[in-house]
Amino acid sequence: MRRRVLDTLPAVVLVIVLLGAWELYVDLGSVNTLVLPAPHEIAVSLWENAGLLASNLKPTAEEVVLGIALALASGFALAIAIHLSPMLRRAVYPLAVGSQAVPIAVIAALLIFWWGFGILPKLVVVTLICFFPVLVTTVDGLAGVDPEQLKLLRTLDASRWQALRFAELPAALPAAISGARIALTVAVIGAYIAESQTATTGAYAGLGHEINADLTALQTPRAYAAALVLFVFAIACFYTLALLERRLAPWAHRSRGAFR
Amino acid sequence: MQTGLDPGLEAERKTHAERAAQTASVAQAQRATQTAGALVTESAVRVSAVSRAYAGNDGSPVRALADITLHAATGELLAVVGPSGCGKTTLLELICGLQRSDSGSIECAPAALMPQRDLLLPWLSAVDNAALALRIARVPRAQARERAAEMFAELGLAGFERAHPYELSGGMRQRVAFVRTLLSGKQLLCLDEPFGALDAITRAEMHAWLADALEHEPRTVVLVTHDVEEAVVLADRVAVISPRPGRVVQELEVGLKRPRVRTDPEVVALREQALAALEQGRRRGRELGQKQGPEPAQWPEREPGLGQERAR
Repeated sequence: MRRRVLDTLPAVVLVIVLLGAWELYVDLGSVNTLVLPAPHEIAVSLWENAGLLASNLKPTAEEVVLGIALALASGFALAIAIHLSPMLRRAVYPLAVGSQAVPIAVIAALLIFWWGFGILPKLVVVTLICFFPVLVTTVDGLAGVDPEQLKLLRTLDASRWQALRFAELPAALPAAISGARIALTVAVIGAYIAESQTATTGAYAGLGHEINADLTALQTPRAYAAALVLFVFAIACFYTLALLERRLAPWAHRSRGAFR
Repeated sequence: MQTGLDPGLEAERKTHAERAAQTASVAQAQRATQTAGALVTESAVRVSAVSRAYAGNDGSPVRALADITLHAATGELLAVVGPSGCGKTTLLELICGLQRSDSGSIECAPAALMPQRDLLLPWLSAVDNAALALRIARVPRAQARERAAEMFAELGLAGFERAHPYELSGGMRQRVAFVRTLLSGKQLLCLDEPFGALDAITRAEMHAWLADALEHEPRTVVLVTHDVEEAVVLADRVAVISPRPGRVVQELEVGLKRPRVRTDPEVVALREQALAALEQGRRRGRELGQKQGPEPAQWPEREPGLGQERAR
């Protein structure tokens, strides 16, 4: 426990120093508070709007969590298919790379036309943005299995499928989760973009929607408070995935040796 | 990335293995009818005039083996000794059907390979690693574990069944790898410098342990090593190989009683003899190299993922 507290100390100190500098910068009148609110204003706004922000966090969190899960599943499946078929790799890889460059605004109208105003079009956006890191790391993980290991399996009369099952899939699992951790950072931005680009019916449209509305209404402190909630949410998700990786692939964290 | 699973070679390897399995069972039946203690003469491995070359890292051809002829009788432990990079690993991969020879023929029973590194799967427990061959043969998990666990008790691994590879010492990992090789059910074992990475004390322990294990579970063994002493302590026969391209310089019969101690005068004498043969092979290799000049222009394409000896 003591160890845990000490581990988080550097991050806490850094945050305090940065907040202090920020507060000073605003208080000394260097900038209009409608452009950049002081940390204490954001804290007050967070306190006063806690209920509103929590209600808006729910749809955004759903988009991010489900989107990551879908991206993990689809990225992993596509990676296996690509690994097994060089032809599929040549066919699909360029498209997968290109799909990352398409601005969501271009296809937003189509997504709404197909899937309406619910969570589905937003999920599609988040998944589209997140599956790529998962795909790339998983393909590398599958291909990174020691060739000697595969030879050994062959002398034990393993079939192609068994080589995949006993050696390649387990080896690729931590790689896929690492991909999901990278994807997570863009997933939150992805959810924001999705909420900005697609319309929503209902009372709480998500934090991305809230931020846009507040910025337009010059409610800058509340927009910052909403961004802060996203900030903390992203960190929490990141460490949850790290925990998941440790649980699912404990071997990947052993015997890393001296430089830990 | 190719994973090195050439379908043609794979099919050939399978039929080869089936054919060999048949002859092996016939041989076993014959042996059963022989009176106890009779000399076993049929060969489990016969390597005849085999050559093999592959592309080196700079693209120029590397001749790993040149016209090598070897055999091991059923139940015999043949040690193949040679300097580093003399094509020993290539020889074992040829015997195990992982590579094709350029010329010559190889007749052998289906072989199980124990590679230089233990190559245990880090996500499986020790007992599951040992039972890998059984799982591949679709033996139910519980039954496979049970059979592996029986061997663990015999081989001083009791209590470590559930441990993962990273929790085991080098010697223990090597023993688990050996159990995996034994449980493959193949009657021919190809051991590729199995004790090379161990410290001297552990290695001596493993020698005693291997001799004992083979006494309980007799198999034909081809043991590749660069350690002359190891070869003399363990083997029935020692084949000394020249530097690349590898060919047999001399074969030594080791007719000594077991257990052998490395300081026994007979062991020491044989060791010196083998060392002399190694030196002779080195000198002759150099002379041949000068006489023959450049390598032949004709050499086969390297199969992807195969035939590439790792730089040590």
